[in-house]
Amino acid sequence: MAAPDARVTAEGAAPTDADWALRIVAVDPAGTGGVRLRAAPGRARDDWLAALRAALPAGTPWQRVPSHIGDERLLGGIDLAGTLRRGHLVMQPGVLAQAHGGVVVLAMAERCGAGVAARIAQAVDTGTTRLQHAGAAVASPACIGVVALDEGMADDAPLQATLSERLGIDLRLVDSRDRLDVSAIDSADVTTRPSPHRVEVDRARSLLPQVEANDSIVAALCEAAQALGIASLRAPWLAWRVACVAAALEGRRDVRAADAALAARLVLGPRARTWPQQPQAPEKADASDDHPAAEPQDPHDGDDAPGSQETGRQEDAAERAQEMSERLLGAAAVTLPGALLASIAGSAETPQRSAAGGRSGGARRSGARGRPIGSARGALRGGVRLDLLATLRAAAPWQTLRRREAPSQPVGLLVRSDDFHVRRFREQRESTTVFAVDASGSQALHRLAETKGAVELLLADCYVRRDRVAVIAFRGVQAQLLLAPTRSLVHARRSLAGLPGGGGTPLASGLVAACELAGKIMRDGGTPLLVLLTDGSANVALDGSGGRQQALADALAAAKAWARIGAGALLVDTAPRAHAQAQALAGAMQARYVALPDADAHLLARTIAGGAANA
Amino acid sequence: MERHAGLPSNEADAPPSGSPSRTAVRRRATATSPPMRRAYPFSAIVGQDEMKRAILIAAIEPAIGGVLVFGDRGTGKSTAVRGLAALLPAMPAVSGCGYGCALGESCDCDTCRAILAGTRQARVRRVPVPVVDLPLGASEDRVIGALDLERALTQGVRRFEPGLLARAHRGFLYIDEVNLLEDHLVDLLIDVAASGENVVEREGLSVRHPARFVLIGSGNPEEGELRPQLLDRFGLSVEVRTPGDIAQRVQVVKRRDAFERDPIEFTRAWDKEDARIRRRLLAARARLAATQVPDATLERAARLCVNLGTDGLRGELTLVRAARAQAAWQGEAVVADHHLRQVAASALRHRLRRDPLDDSGSTERIDRALAEVFDD
Repeated sequence: MAAPDARVTAEGAAPTDADWALRIVAVDPAGTGGVRLRAAPGRARDDWLAALRAALPAGTPWQRVPSHIGDERLLGGIDLAGTLRRGHLVMQPGVLAQAHGGVVVLAMAERCGAGVAARIAQAVDTGTTRLQHAGAAVASPACIGVVALDEGMADDAPLQATLSERLGIDLRLVDSRDRLDVSAIDSADVTTRPSPHRVEVDRARSLLPQVEANDSIVAALCEAAQALGIASLRAPWLAWRVACVAAALEGRRDVRAADAALAARLVLGPRARTWPQQPQAPEKADASDDHPAAEPQDPHDGDDAPGSQETGRQEDAAERAQEMSERLLGAAAVTLPGALLASIAGSAETPQRSAAGGRSGGARRSGARGRPIGSARGALRGGVRLDLLATLRAAAPWQTLRRREAPSQPVGLLVRSDDFHVRRFREQRESTTVFAVDASGSQALHRLAETKGAVELLLADCYVRRDRVAVIAFRGVQAQLLLAPTRSLVHARRSLAGLPGGGGTPLASGLVAACELAGKIMRDGGTPLLVLLTDGSANVALDGSGGRQQALADALAAAKAWARIGAGALLVDTAPRAHAQAQALAGAMQARYVALPDADAHLLARTIAGGAANA
Repeated sequence: MERHAGLPSNEADAPPSGSPSRTAVRRRATATSPPMRRAYPFSAIVGQDEMKRAILIAAIEPAIGGVLVFGDRGTGKSTAVRGLAALLPAMPAVSGCGYGCALGESCDCDTCRAILAGTRQARVRRVPVPVVDLPLGASEDRVIGALDLERALTQGVRRFEPGLLARAHRGFLYIDEVNLLEDHLVDLLIDVAASGENVVEREGLSVRHPARFVLIGSGNPEEGELRPQLLDRFGLSVEVRTPGDIAQRVQVVKRRDAFERDPIEFTRAWDKEDARIRRRLLAARARLAATQVPDATLERAARLCVNLGTDGLRGELTLVRAARAQAAWQGEAVVADHHLRQVAASALRHRLRRDPLDDSGSTERIDRALAEVFDD
């Protein structure tokens, strides 16, 4: 992935975006929500974190939170070990409350489950955590900024949307050139040596409340957010907040266009879902010009700022807001990775990311999830969860007896290892039906429409079973993932409806794409089921070249690869007359074979329902 | 403490709490950020009229059975719920009752039983209307309540520790992303919301306690649908959208900014408006029982539901109740057609039998049906 290069313009002179981000968060962790830090683990990230920690005022809480943290540590609760040892109730404060006024670093944030994300999001929203005890809720302040370390690769489940929504800055640390200047920081002992930023951060903290509101900049940020297809109003609000902090860091009370451009890059750009129809190239250049965001800005920026609240200037302001929002769009474009930019410029459709947004791959990793089906006596091994209540219940009746047997024991509850009860769960694995649809020319001639009809019926069936669905289409030179796994059948239907037919049949490519997707679904703890709709006459090889011979060989190889995955599959032969080719393919895939000619769509739907039940 | 030993080392070098430097940090932190954030005033929410109306109706008439808010993130869903609860007057609760019972209401707890038996003098304290957030991934234990560990550990006594449902009694239970909540939890919540009572039969405990609350669920339909059976059990449903109008968006951000800068001043500025809503709401509650529903209106409601083909009677019942609450809110003594029209979309849109693949809006279908029923 190419680094958005605008950051490293003037060597050393202007602060990079990474540098800006850390200073902004250091000034106002709670107000900006924090940072989604997308980076592979490594030196660059460690340096950034060390620099952030050093820039924070001395003694600011800094809590590292693993993504699988339990409730009792996150929100506070009963300290089980301490309680058992001392024989009276020992409570422990939650990590979020301990971090009040400081920063929480969420490690492997992309693996964090919906529950953890929701609790942290709630703390960010309300600035409090609640610990419930003995019927009373004890609220403790927890104004925190979150640094979510997102190591997610392109095809991983993204960071929980509940959380990413609330973290103002979205920063991608890419290569070593982006590394901060940390020479002044002795990373071994960051807490004792103040960072060069600390004075500046302290000053900005005291200046921040005095930064003045600026209607035209707020309007420009709102417009830019809307043009980028960002529905949430948190985004422009956070962008405005970031702009205020940037101004305070520059020692100003007025927010200028440069601050807004920086905010657009840090906050709005990475959240973009659509791209407005307009030429980008000049804008981009313009943006990198004003990017360094340092003091010497165009003189006219200055008069945007102070006290422009009088109504007399509103029209003027609106006009300027328009102008400025265009510049902000340009600024936001800088942070868009090239591929993403291309993809959103290409289609006005919303990208599929949100489809998986609420799901968590992390939650199903433990094996200890699903519907609880009670608990049973058992040893405490790794990965099992102690059923505390059942354990205590088992221990309770024996207390008098045990105390009599062992009078020398310290006071408290006497728990023996055979009291331990562990929770048992029955996990209902979610199944995902992957439709691989052949939309090639031969197919189009025959019955693409019928195939679509069949898939729609199947979708209705998936709806009843609460399956997720994904759609892969292959035509022309290669396969394309039309729809990442989603529960939204409306999306599925739309993606199918817009599917054009024609071109060659890259069957092998389609199968390979299905294999990849199935592997990913299995890694996330789901059960894939493939429904391949094709007439089996491959004529495009895996490398995109023509030639029936090679294409068939590739397809058979890919089919065998599928068989090795060991997931259920169904091949629906859509040719007008049943083909030996398709049957051979089904054999190689170890898939069930159904010929569409014999099957009207309803029969087909029943067949698949049966196939899914057996899978 | 074992747990602390397992923490990353960078925590260990932070000064232990209670030491002077730590207290200093606390103080500084609280100076810049107030210890408890206030709720954003309900009346300061820009737009989103349908959502605000639905929540108000549910607050006037809790029997409605909850509100489902579907739509984009960052549209002020949770802000509206928290704001409304903060606006409501503190309610008198029996002091010593773990469930926050009202006077005259008697639950199963020791205090209430003693009061009922006359062995204890009832005393009342005023408590704010609770808003309980139910986070995703909450365990059943936490939701319905569980064994009181302190008693169990120290005294070997089996006692019930109330859960989130008990805390939500007489207030609001807010579930963000209700569509991602595990189905069995949603079942349980809707059950309790409908019956107003939480019955716990587990872990050797046998407890029942009142749990009447306004259930408010929110979610983003793009991330997954709610089972139709569950949909039907929510009283009202609202679709919220980010305002497309720039001026409104700017207004939202500006007000938020003003609020964050000085919550106390901002809240004070909106106090009057909030107080007006509070008075109106309390008046509507008082008027509700006396608000009449003429037979003609009942018939129209029935025809509307037949016309739309909604299953069962729940739709009709909710429609009439919502219309009555709406009439009470508007200070009218008799429910008229325009009240039905105002609430029809919220009360019925999630009950239409639908083709799961049909994405044509249910709001339009209701509008059509309204036109047919009312304009002939």
